Amino acid sequence: MLKNIYNLGDSALYCDFGNDVSKEINLNVIKYFQILKNNKIDGITNLAPSYNKLVITFDLDKINFNEMKDKILNLKLTNVSFGQTKNISIPVCFDDEFSLDMNRLTNKLNKSKKSIINLLLDNSYFCYMTGFIAGMPFLGDINKSIKMDRLETPRVNVPKGSIGITEQFCNIYTFDSPGGWNILGKTPLEIFDTSNEKKPNLIDPGDQVTFYEISKKEFIKKKDE
Amino acid sequence: MSDYFKVKRPGLISTFQDLGRKNFYHIGLPFSGVMDKRNFLLLNKLCGNNLKDPVIEFAYQGPKLEFYGNTRNIVVAGNVNFVIKKKNKTEINGECYKSIKLENGDIIDIISTSNSVYGYFSVNGGFSINKMWGSYSTTIRPKVGANNGKKLQSNQKIFLNTYNNSDIRKLDFINTKINFIRILKGTNFDFFTKKSQDEFFSKKFIVTKFSDRMGMRLEGPKIQNSKFSNIKSEGLVKGVIQIPTDGNPIIMLSDHGTIGGYPKFGVVISADYDKLVQIPTGSKIKFKLIELNEAENLYKLYNMETKNILNRIK
Repeated sequence: MLKNIYNLGDSALYCDFGNDVSKEINLNVIKYFQILKNNKIDGITNLAPSYNKLVITFDLDKINFNEMKDKILNLKLTNVSFGQTKNISIPVCFDDEFSLDMNRLTNKLNKSKKSIINLLLDNSYFCYMTGFIAGMPFLGDINKSIKMDRLETPRVNVPKGSIGITEQFCNIYTFDSPGGWNILGKTPLEIFDTSNEKKPNLIDPGDQVTFYEISKKEFIKKKDE
Repeated sequence: MSDYFKVKRPGLISTFQDLGRKNFYHIGLPFSGVMDKRNFLLLNKLCGNNLKDPVIEFAYQGPKLEFYGNTRNIVVAGNVNFVIKKKNKTEINGECYKSIKLENGDIIDIISTSNSVYGYFSVNGGFSINKMWGSYSTTIRPKVGANNGKKLQSNQKIFLNTYNNSDIRKLDFINTKINFIRILKGTNFDFFTKKSQDEFFSKKFIVTKFSDRMGMRLEGPKIQNSKFSNIKSEGLVKGVIQIPTDGNPIIMLSDHGTIGGYPKFGVVISADYDKLVQIPTGSKIKFKLIELNEAENLYKLYNMETKNILNRIK
C-alpha cells in the first residue's frame, strides 16, 4: 500500500510504500509505476521505482507538488498484468580473472569457491528495479548464507559485465562504473543495448533471472559473437 | 559540402547538450541536458536559433575549433575567455553574449571559463547532429546521445545546419552570484544530529575536485548521522544532497545515478540550480533552509527574470 507522499525538493514526489523489502511491496510499487507509465499525467517527466519507493519528477512549469500529489492520491488503480515478465538465463564465468572478491568471500563466509558459486546458481532471482547506471538490474534475494556487506572502500572502476552481491541482493554492472559490491564473476552478455530504443534493457523489473556457469573458453567465444 | 568545425583540441569535457531526456529514469538514465539552463537559452536566442536547439557545453577549458565554410556568426555564453585567430594571423579577444563573424580558416580557441565552471558555444543554424531517444544530450557513461554518446574528440568534424538569418545580436549581461544556495529538507533530514543540522547552515563547504556532471562533492564540517548511514536504495533526483558515512555531502547533478542508498539531507531548489553548478572547484558554498512554497515562488521569479533577459535580445 502507498503509505505516504512527501516532496523530494520542489519538483519531485517521494511515494513511500513502507520500509520492508519484499516482492509483495515491490509489486505494488511496480503497479503504480505501470499505471502512471500507461496513463500519462501531464507534467510527469520521470518515474524511478525502487524496492519500496516510487520517485516521480514533474515539470514545475506545469504543475506543483500539491497538485501532483492530489493526482497520485486520486489515481484509479486498475489491475496491471505482469504477463510480459520474462525468465532470463544469464551465463557467468567465475574464472579467477573475473571473480575479483572471491578470496574475501571465501574467507569471510568460510565457504569454498565451489559452494558459493553453487548457492548463487541454485536460486532464481526477482528483478526489483533497474537503475543507478543504465540497465543495471537489482536482483534478489540471494541465499542468506552468502549475504555480505558492501566493500569498505568501493572500487573506482568495476568492469562491465561483473556480477556482484551485497546484502540480500545481486546485480550486474552494465557498464564500467565505480561500485562497492562484491564481485563473483562476469557475463559476456550485453545487458543494456543502446541501439534498441524501445527495449534497451535485457532485464526489466518483475522479470525472473537465473545464472548458469560457463568456462573461460565459452566466455571468450560468446563475447566474440 | 556543408560548413563544419574541425576539432583541434576538444577541451576537458565538451559535449552536445539540450534540455535533456525524459522518461528513462526507470532504466537508469538521468535527464542529463545543460547544467546552466539560463545561459543555454540566452545562447540560442543570440544565435537566432530555436531556444531548445542543442549547443556545445564545456567545463573549465573549452574546445579549439577551426572553421571551414561560408561566413557564420558564433556566440559564446558564460564567463569565458576566448580568442579568435584570423587566417591573416591577427587575434581578436572574444566577448561573450555577442555575435562574432567567423570566416573560412578562422580558429576559435576557448581558453577557459573564469570564476565559473560551464560555458556554452553555438553558431547560427546550429549543429547537424543526431537525436537519440528524444534528445541530443550526451550522457557519456552509457554512451547515449549525440556524437555516439561521446565527448568531443580531437580531429573530428562538427557539421553545421544551414541558417536562415545572420543578424548580429548582442546582450549586456553579467552572471550574478548568490550568497546562499537554498535547499529544502530531504526525506532523511532527521537522521542527522541537531548539531550537524545547525552546522550545515552556519558553516561553509568547499567544492572539491571530485565534481563533474554527475555530482558535486563537498568538504566542510562532518555531518553526523545518528540513525542509519545506509538506506535501501531508492530513486534520486537532480539537486539531492546525499550524505554518506564519512559525513561529506555529495550533491546529485544532471548526469547523476538514478538510484542511491545514502541518506538524503536536503534538495537544492530548482531556482538555484544554474548558480549551484557554476560554483568552481575550491570555492565555498553556504546553504540556507527554506520552505516548499518559497521554493515554488522563487522558481517563478527566476523564470520571469530569464524571460525578461531573453526579451532584451533583439
